[in-house]
Amino acid sequence: MAALSDQLLVVAILGYLLAMIIHAAEYAFGNRGLVGRAATRPERELALVGAGAAAGATPDAAGPGAEPPAGGGVDGAPPARRPAASKTALVGRVAVALTVIAAAVHLAVLVTRGIAAERMPWGNMYEYVLTATFIGSVVWLGLLHRRPSIRHLGLFVTLTMVILLAVAGLVLYVPIVPLMPALNSYWFIVHVSAAALASGLLQLGAVPAVMYLIRHGYDQGKRSFPYTLGARVPAADTLERLTFRLHAFAFPIWTFAVMAGAVWAEAAWGRYWGWDPKETWAFVSWVVYAGYLHARATPSVRRPVTIWIALVGCLTMQMNLYGVNIFFEGLHSYAGLD
Amino acid sequence: MPAPNEQTVAEPTVVEAADTPGRPPRRTPSPLALLRNSWRQLTSMRTALILLFLLAVAAVPGSLLPQRDVNIDDVDGFRREHPDLFPILDRLGGFDVYASPWFAAIYLLLFTSLVGCIVPRLRDHVRALRAVPPAAPRRLDRLPRHAVLSGHDGDLTAIAAMLRRRRWRVVVRDGEVAAEKGHLKETGNLLFHLSLVGVLLGVALGASYGWHGNRLLIAGPDQAFCNTVQQFSESKLGQRVDDGDLPRFCLELTDFEATFLPSGQPESFRARVRVEPWGRAAYPASFSVNDPLRLDGANVYLLGHGYAPVLRYTDRHGRSQVSVQAFLSVDGNLTSEGAAFFPDVNIDPATGSRDPNLQVAFEGLYFPTTPEDGPAIRSVHPEERAPGLFLRAYRGNLGLDAGIPGSVYAIDQRQVANGRLKQVGDGKLLRPGESWTLDDGTTLEFLGTRKYITLTVRHDPGEPVVLASAALLLVGLMPALFVRRRRVWFRVVPAPAGASTTGRSSLVEVGGLPRTDYPGFAEEFDQLVAAATVPPVLRKEETN
Repeated sequence: MAALSDQLLVVAILGYLLAMIIHAAEYAFGNRGLVGRAATRPERELALVGAGAAAGATPDAAGPGAEPPAGGGVDGAPPARRPAASKTALVGRVAVALTVIAAAVHLAVLVTRGIAAERMPWGNMYEYVLTATFIGSVVWLGLLHRRPSIRHLGLFVTLTMVILLAVAGLVLYVPIVPLMPALNSYWFIVHVSAAALASGLLQLGAVPAVMYLIRHGYDQGKRSFPYTLGARVPAADTLERLTFRLHAFAFPIWTFAVMAGAVWAEAAWGRYWGWDPKETWAFVSWVVYAGYLHARATPSVRRPVTIWIALVGCLTMQMNLYGVNIFFEGLHSYAGLD
Repeated sequence: MPAPNEQTVAEPTVVEAADTPGRPPRRTPSPLALLRNSWRQLTSMRTALILLFLLAVAAVPGSLLPQRDVNIDDVDGFRREHPDLFPILDRLGGFDVYASPWFAAIYLLLFTSLVGCIVPRLRDHVRALRAVPPAAPRRLDRLPRHAVLSGHDGDLTAIAAMLRRRRWRVVVRDGEVAAEKGHLKETGNLLFHLSLVGVLLGVALGASYGWHGNRLLIAGPDQAFCNTVQQFSESKLGQRVDDGDLPRFCLELTDFEATFLPSGQPESFRARVRVEPWGRAAYPASFSVNDPLRLDGANVYLLGHGYAPVLRYTDRHGRSQVSVQAFLSVDGNLTSEGAAFFPDVNIDPATGSRDPNLQVAFEGLYFPTTPEDGPAIRSVHPEERAPGLFLRAYRGNLGLDAGIPGSVYAIDQRQVANGRLKQVGDGKLLRPGESWTLDDGTTLEFLGTRKYITLTVRHDPGEPVVLASAALLLVGLMPALFVRRRRVWFRVVPAPAGASTTGRSSLVEVGGLPRTDYPGFAEEFDQLVAAATVPPVLRKEETN
């Protein structure tokens, strides 16, 4: 069962990788993509107008009013390009289908690992990263189902997924062992699942945040490399709102995870808060995300600034997950890494 | 720290006003004005955000540098490794970050800012809760949502009833219905921030009235300890606690069970103890990691465990002494370091005088499972499968009489350096039951080991306050993030002549105003409009 889990991980990574490649193909060869534009140079103006029109339409649709119709972004293309657009949409759907399959395999990796270990598969950093990324993947698919227009973000989501899973498999991998006594508590399930859920959501939330900055720069007329990506992503407003909703959803869960950790720490170590490195960084992340929510609620703080705060929060989460486990010695040393 | 406030669509709120501290007209600055301006600055959202980030940044050094409260040994290690840097960092509070004045300054300012912001908002919110929804603006068609119901019978009471059923706050005025919903957002907001104050108070309560002590407890009735400050190796009492306030009980470790996997990873621990509360009968109890021993006014937590070799030394005059001294584990396989001291040996029975240069000590390593081949450097398993004790003998002046506190886990190397304490012969690996005869005919016998645990005894009266506040915080956070404030108005307007062909001749104008960022408002507005239409003869005009 353990070996099966390890093999399935490779399949899951390949699935995400393939989805990423197809997303990239859609991105590059789509009618409004770079290659498409280069190939049909006389129509360049038209293509740009099309992009502009789509950009103008999306915030409206996302605003107080109707949810965008299925296949939003691509279907917004000028009617003359309809056949090409639907072909691109088909490619995009294939990519999404592959992501679904990869996520299913990803789940199987976790389930087989859990069966092999005869416990919840959250006992070390390898398993934790697998769980957090799986949650990110599921939430992404859920969002995509509700808002098909954000499909272009799939390239970046799958890219993140491939990188994180590869790091998990290559660097963090440890063989299955039972839980150590300190982890043997029902708080294990409560605390770790909440923490994994929140970090999955917060990591996923960083994707629209980055895309917002790119799109925002693009809208301001920047045409150098990262901003050129902005041409194909949803409107800045949609991205910003998506970022906020993911963070607003994740923040109470993160709060709960920290609290459950404190209750558990009282039983295990005798104090609910002891400034262990993990606790310290959890606190730092909490404060930064609280700052993000406050900044967003303050009209005088500009939106790119609030987004940067969210990204700083994401960096502190990464620090907590990787930095603390690898560089610091503390009570949370369960990574199983030497 | 102001709460995440709604993004106002129509009217500025307290926070927004506070957030852009308007420049007061130039006057001669009076101290009062200066104070008022400073206060306004402090309670502004900008300051609160800066303080929040300062707090996050200030917490970081505590994870990079060893902290006295977390691990004092690491701090000492840092002092040895960086003798030049240490005093500077120490003066800056680098090893007591969370107790340092600058950390306290940040969070106290932050909480002052928070209180300064929520108190006025609390007042405003109470006022808003008691107020009725405001009158409709004159031009409902200028609101973000707008619709006109034609052919309505003009009966606003039915509409009001419909809104009340949907739990809106409703007031019926002359020819119009005003309704409002979502005050729970601000309630949650205020609850969240008040709970933060509660958490801080709980922490302060724990710091004042809480206490804890750590010690090592070796198995056996002769090693039992009682809960007093003197019997802890390390203890910390809150400012308002003294030794007499500690609950009286005694604790004896009767047994310690540990199971391990073949790899040496621990699987389970359990300490069995005999508890004797002051003036009451003793009773057996057991505790473990994640399952502390909860006593009246104190909890006992299991932190670690190890082995204490039992050694019998027989001196030149044939007198024996037994030492039971815990060796501290240095790795996961419980390779343990320690020392045994025999300061009161070789006392001449004739004179009764002690020769301070004939004191004896042993220092070395204990291996629960000694490797079968190769040099004994490390234990290969934490269970006692092949116990071995590697010791070096020392004779001379142990330096214990100088009154300088020294380690009980190592001999004083200064005494070795200045020649007063000399190593006797080479080291020797002893198995249980084996004895070792030194060059002067005295013998050391390795009798076996006893188990020991390290434990912390702790009481924190702030815990329930912190827990309750944290729960309320979470309760407040949900509505603060997810409830939306919004208003709707229904107004009967006279129908234009000839517009109606039925008996129903009124037009009802409806306006909706989301007062927070609320993408789903249009949907809800449409539902309300549909529900207000009886029968659904509807001519809807969407303004966007």
